[in-house]
Amino acid sequence: MAKILMKGNEAIAEAAIRAGCDCFFGYPITPQNEVPEYMAKHMPKSGGVFVQAESEVAAINMVYGAAGAGFRVMTSTSSPGMALKQEGISYLVGAELPSVIVNISRGGPGLGSIQPSQSDYFQVTRGGGNGDYRIVVFAPSSIQEAVDLTIKAFDLADYYRNPVILLGDGMIGQMMEPVEFNLSKKTNLPKKEWATTGTNGKRKPNIINSLALASEDLERHNYKLKKKYDEMEEKEVMHETYKMDDAEIVLVAYGTTSRITKNAIDSLRESGIKAGLIRPITLWPFPNKAFNEIPKTTKSILVVEMSMGQMIDDVKIANEGRLPIHFHGRPGGMIPSPEEIAEKAKEIVGGAK
Amino acid sequence: MSLLFEPTKGMTDKSMHYCPGCTHGIIHRLVGEVLVELGVLGKTIGVAPVGCAVLAYDYFNCDMHEAAHGRAPAVATGIKRMLPDNVVFTYQGDGDLASIGAAEIIHAAHRGENFTTIFVNNAIYGMTGGQMAPTTLIGQKATTSPYGRDKATTGMPLKVSEMLATIDGAAFVERVTVHNVAGIRKTKKAIKKAFQVQLDGKGFGIVEILSTCPTGWGQTPVESLSWLENNMIPYYPLGNFRTPEEAK
Amino acid sequence: MATEKVIMAGFGGQGIMSMGQLLTYAGMIQDKQVSWLPSYGPEMRGGTANCSVIVSDNLVGSPIITDDATASVVMNLPSLLKFEQQVIAGGNLIVNSSLIEIKAKREDINVYYVPANQIAKEIGNDKVANMVMLGAYIELTKIVSQDSIVEAMKKVFGPSKQHLVELNKEALKRGAKKVQ
Repeated sequence: MAKILMKGNEAIAEAAIRAGCDCFFGYPITPQNEVPEYMAKHMPKSGGVFVQAESEVAAINMVYGAAGAGFRVMTSTSSPGMALKQEGISYLVGAELPSVIVNISRGGPGLGSIQPSQSDYFQVTRGGGNGDYRIVVFAPSSIQEAVDLTIKAFDLADYYRNPVILLGDGMIGQMMEPVEFNLSKKTNLPKKEWATTGTNGKRKPNIINSLALASEDLERHNYKLKKKYDEMEEKEVMHETYKMDDAEIVLVAYGTTSRITKNAIDSLRESGIKAGLIRPITLWPFPNKAFNEIPKTTKSILVVEMSMGQMIDDVKIANEGRLPIHFHGRPGGMIPSPEEIAEKAKEIVGGAK
Repeated sequence: MSLLFEPTKGMTDKSMHYCPGCTHGIIHRLVGEVLVELGVLGKTIGVAPVGCAVLAYDYFNCDMHEAAHGRAPAVATGIKRMLPDNVVFTYQGDGDLASIGAAEIIHAAHRGENFTTIFVNNAIYGMTGGQMAPTTLIGQKATTSPYGRDKATTGMPLKVSEMLATIDGAAFVERVTVHNVAGIRKTKKAIKKAFQVQLDGKGFGIVEILSTCPTGWGQTPVESLSWLENNMIPYYPLGNFRTPEEAK
Repeated sequence: MATEKVIMAGFGGQGIMSMGQLLTYAGMIQDKQVSWLPSYGPEMRGGTANCSVIVSDNLVGSPIITDDATASVVMNLPSLLKFEQQVIAGGNLIVNSSLIEIKAKREDINVYYVPANQIAKEIGNDKVANMVMLGAYIELTKIVSQDSIVEAMKKVFGPSKQHLVELNKEALKRGAKKVQ
């Protein structure tokens, strides 16, 4: 199939349609507006449903309704809107409803800015909603990867009966790159026999619910959910390594930042410093294993984020105290340059010698 | 032997958790009966959010969604848009619909979503223990209006039916009561009409049902029936506010 | 192994974004690695617009261009003031001299003055000034061919605007001629 040039937001929307997304519920917020706009234009053509909700809160609850009725459903938003969706996300998990939630994040806190940022790491991996829950979070670093992971997200959501989050940032949403749409092989997904489609008098009522007033019941439900999280941790971890074999310093970055970090690594290597990269593709489950496999040559770790340091917590957990961990971050919508990252790495390597 | 009473197939056998004298049970039964009489029970999906009716999914004998506080109209939108040939209803209380879910109900009506809302107005938050609702009457005592609701600081009680009747997308709006037998009969008729409006594809329908909360009001069941009649009906006049003809 | 990192800038309505997209598309047609990154935000609604395009034989790392532009194509004065600085020594700066009356300050870069609006008017439509600039740019860098740009136009414009292809083609040629 020939590649086409597409904006990240539009490519994500098109990928969703090709993955069999039946309906989309959203609300305008920059920098993700091309997603609902694309859906409004193209969903009716593919027999799907588009609704512009009155708020992010309403949108995620429309997702809850449509997912409960058994349909493939997506919503998209940006950081402040994601905060509003957290209530509904917790309910989706509790009621075990598959859905795909796209967050094209921007600077915060508060209304913040509309420029790219990675300060939603906590919000998507720790859950802003109430209760014990986990969600697979994909963090693509190119438009092609955003497309592939969007398609995969629908399958994973259905398989686990759990929401899946696709986390981009303003840059992933706005930039254009060539993409092609490769549909995954039909996985054997179970029929949605739990969906509320009407009993037709032939079966007992299906109930979509996250309430369990008896503590014993709710504990049992949480154990059941935990089993799914365990399976996700076992099967769904994705990461990329780059020039790791002989690395004396390992940089850790995801999404947009990982691209900039790769440039920094190339220039570091040109100046004789052996740098490598671990790029988490799933932010949860986090690629802990990659940190066990760091070569003996490595003396230190440098985490690079467009935030004041959020993923660094997971790196510390994965590192288990073995190597010193340094941080370079730019918050508020500022994007680090390859030069400043390389500079920081040189400082660390120099200091270690 | 002649059959004098039979439970409706629209409901399950589960015994209800409602307080003695609460009229939720009557309203549940009316909805169940209507769904059976219209022959749509098997294709009905109900949505009951947080509030006293949060456990309604145990009582209605059809597919059900429990929903977050106030969000039932959004959930119902998601269901009905995807299953337009099914019958969808929300069952909401006044704290839920008129306070935290005000945006959702207004916009569902505004878009003319083709589902039915059963709105139980008992002028108080029941489930959480008797706090003031937007519908609590002036002077009425609640745990968060211990000196009686004061207009100066909490505004006047919200008239939901009147408000929604101003919205073009609301095809059917009627206020009824279940404090006496005549009222119950009229309520059933209104519920049936509202579902018929949905079956005819005419848009959003809501039945506001004045209901008692003896526990929350601190009254006996009998006292609460007359309190409803003497205090709620004068402020919340009964009647139809909108029909499909007007909706055009 | 060539890598072109070009910043294209001007005011809203000059066709800055589509000029960048055509270059990106043409690069893709020639099997190169490409990325297109727009500025977005309040400046989209009027004001200055710019986009960064990378066309390379290697994988594109960061799509951002920070002080390492191999070229800047500037179509109004604020863009010249901002993006002249971002060009690397020995890089190219193409200035729309129809709208920018001052000269560039740098002496370590190659500066070309193209009266894009004037040329566009000569061939019949002020709106193709962007294609005059693009024609000059690809003539200087040879990063993609004119033919690829024309092929990209056919894909990007859609069937309703095919009649504009000839005019745009002419604009590309005239832009190229100006810097030959």
